[in-house]
Amino acid sequence: MGEAEGGSLIRLENISKAFGAIQALTHISVGIDRGEVVGLMGDNGAGKSTLVKILAGNYRPTEGSYFIENRPVSFANPAEARSSGIEVVYQDLALCNNLTAAANVFLGREIMRRVGVFRVLDHAGMAVRAGALFRELQSETRPRDLVNRMSGGQRQAVAIARTRLAEAKLILMDEPTAAISVRQVAQVLALIRRLKDQGHSVILISHRMPDVFTTCDRVIVLRRGRKVADKPVASSSPEEVTGLITGAIDYGE
Amino acid sequence: MTSDKIIHAATASLGDVPERTPVGIARRIASRQEFWITLAVFAMGLIVSIITPHFATYTNLSNVLQNFCYIGILAIGMTPILITGGIDISVGAIMGLCGVALGLLLQADWPLWAGLPATLLLGVALGAINGGFIAYLRLPPFLVTLGMLSVARSMALIVSSGRVVYSFGQSEKAIFALGGGKTFGVPNVVYAMIASALVLHFLLTMTRWGRYVSAIGGNQRAARLTGIPVRPIKVSVYMFGGLMAAITSVFLVGWLGSVTNALGQGDELRVIAGTVIGGASLAGGYGTAYGAVIGSLLIEELRNALLLAGVNPFWQGTFIGGFIILAIILQKIQVTEEED
Repeated sequence: MGEAEGGSLIRLENISKAFGAIQALTHISVGIDRGEVVGLMGDNGAGKSTLVKILAGNYRPTEGSYFIENRPVSFANPAEARSSGIEVVYQDLALCNNLTAAANVFLGREIMRRVGVFRVLDHAGMAVRAGALFRELQSETRPRDLVNRMSGGQRQAVAIARTRLAEAKLILMDEPTAAISVRQVAQVLALIRRLKDQGHSVILISHRMPDVFTTCDRVIVLRRGRKVADKPVASSSPEEVTGLITGAIDYGE
Repeated sequence: MTSDKIIHAATASLGDVPERTPVGIARRIASRQEFWITLAVFAMGLIVSIITPHFATYTNLSNVLQNFCYIGILAIGMTPILITGGIDISVGAIMGLCGVALGLLLQADWPLWAGLPATLLLGVALGAINGGFIAYLRLPPFLVTLGMLSVARSMALIVSSGRVVYSFGQSEKAIFALGGGKTFGVPNVVYAMIASALVLHFLLTMTRWGRYVSAIGGNQRAARLTGIPVRPIKVSVYMFGGLMAAITSVFLVGWLGSVTNALGQGDELRVIAGTVIGGASLAGGYGTAYGAVIGSLLIEELRNALLLAGVNPFWQGTFIGGFIILAIILQKIQVTEEED
């Protein structure tokens, strides 16, 4: 189970990560193509977070290589990964409740305009652009609304619009549907499909089988730091994946 | 197709009613604490002028105007600190130490054009020390500034040897004119306060710095994750507060005509009261320049009203404390309404 399939966009080869005596990941090889939505599943402690953190630039692998569009990369911090097109949508969305939707989308990347000698925030410009991003995602989020008044689905739209703004190549989403209502889950999955339509690749960490099977093209299962399955969703089943996660099944063909 | 329908049905809400109608704008203004405090300032003024004829006189009103400016400028300096979720209870002590330093420099015959920048620099430096401990060592703001409060007060005693400074060398006329003088009939400190308020308003609403200050107060982790330089910005808000304290000290020294080392003692509570009453949240994430000004004005108006009404001055603390609690309750009600 060491070869990566495809991987024209992102490729990890034989990635291992150790924290002192703890071996978090062992010989993981993963390939992601453009426009693929990949589900990353596994029990707690299987290494999903570690793998995502390596992709996002939080950690450097102890061993192995990381390629973006066939170029080898090595990130010292998440900012470097971001500038190479890797964006993360955190479980708590990392939004500032006291700011507007537009402000959150542009946080750290504000549009400025000139007024005399000063460069000031271009509120109108950012609202217009954010509104366009929300419309593209077919979300009814309004750019000038404060985030603390928004539903879970709208907040997800804001977090995802940030990645669109960054023209991310790969978007890593950590349990995006974990703590929201059923209706909002549908909204979020629709947003993810919209991202795919627009050519982004998505890695979705999720514990929710139905979400992975309806939204993802492929599913990767980790168990105790090793990859035990990497196959199209169409040629697997929830029962098989459950077995792979728990260890009832050793390897997925 | 089906999923699109779900989105539309799910997000239809009262909030979809356009906000740009007059009713919508009025509702937004009415939901702001600053609006209610402004009303309170006028209401109180009206009530007090009915009770006593001495309130609405030119002398009295210009006294109120002048007095509130000192707390107002300090409150303007406190506002960005509060927005980031911090606090600075040493602001009165910093002001006192700056005043003492200015007095001593001028007494040693420094020219004003050298003494002023030195004082401002001192305020900024003290703020930077606060900010450094808070942002880089990640110590709690309350405790760090509590320490600074103690140290600054003691420093003021040390450098002044416990004595009053009342002669200011070659710059005496200049400092009195600056701090106690009027331009076009308005006390100079009022111009300083208005200028500070405008500068803060611009910084908070039109610059990246202001947005980052709000972001840090709203979700510091999120701010860090988006690449915002959280620590330098946190230091800068305390430096801003220190600068405002130094500016206040310049005008206060010029107006009082002498400096005791007790300058500013106890002011920190009035400053915090002014900012909170004006709508700033102690939990961080919200605060405005206008709020700092109007909250400070309300407190000073209250003190003046109590004095004119013949209320025993010892009661002032009770009234001010009552207003603070009222303002916090008002804030809490608003927050609860929003959460619904």
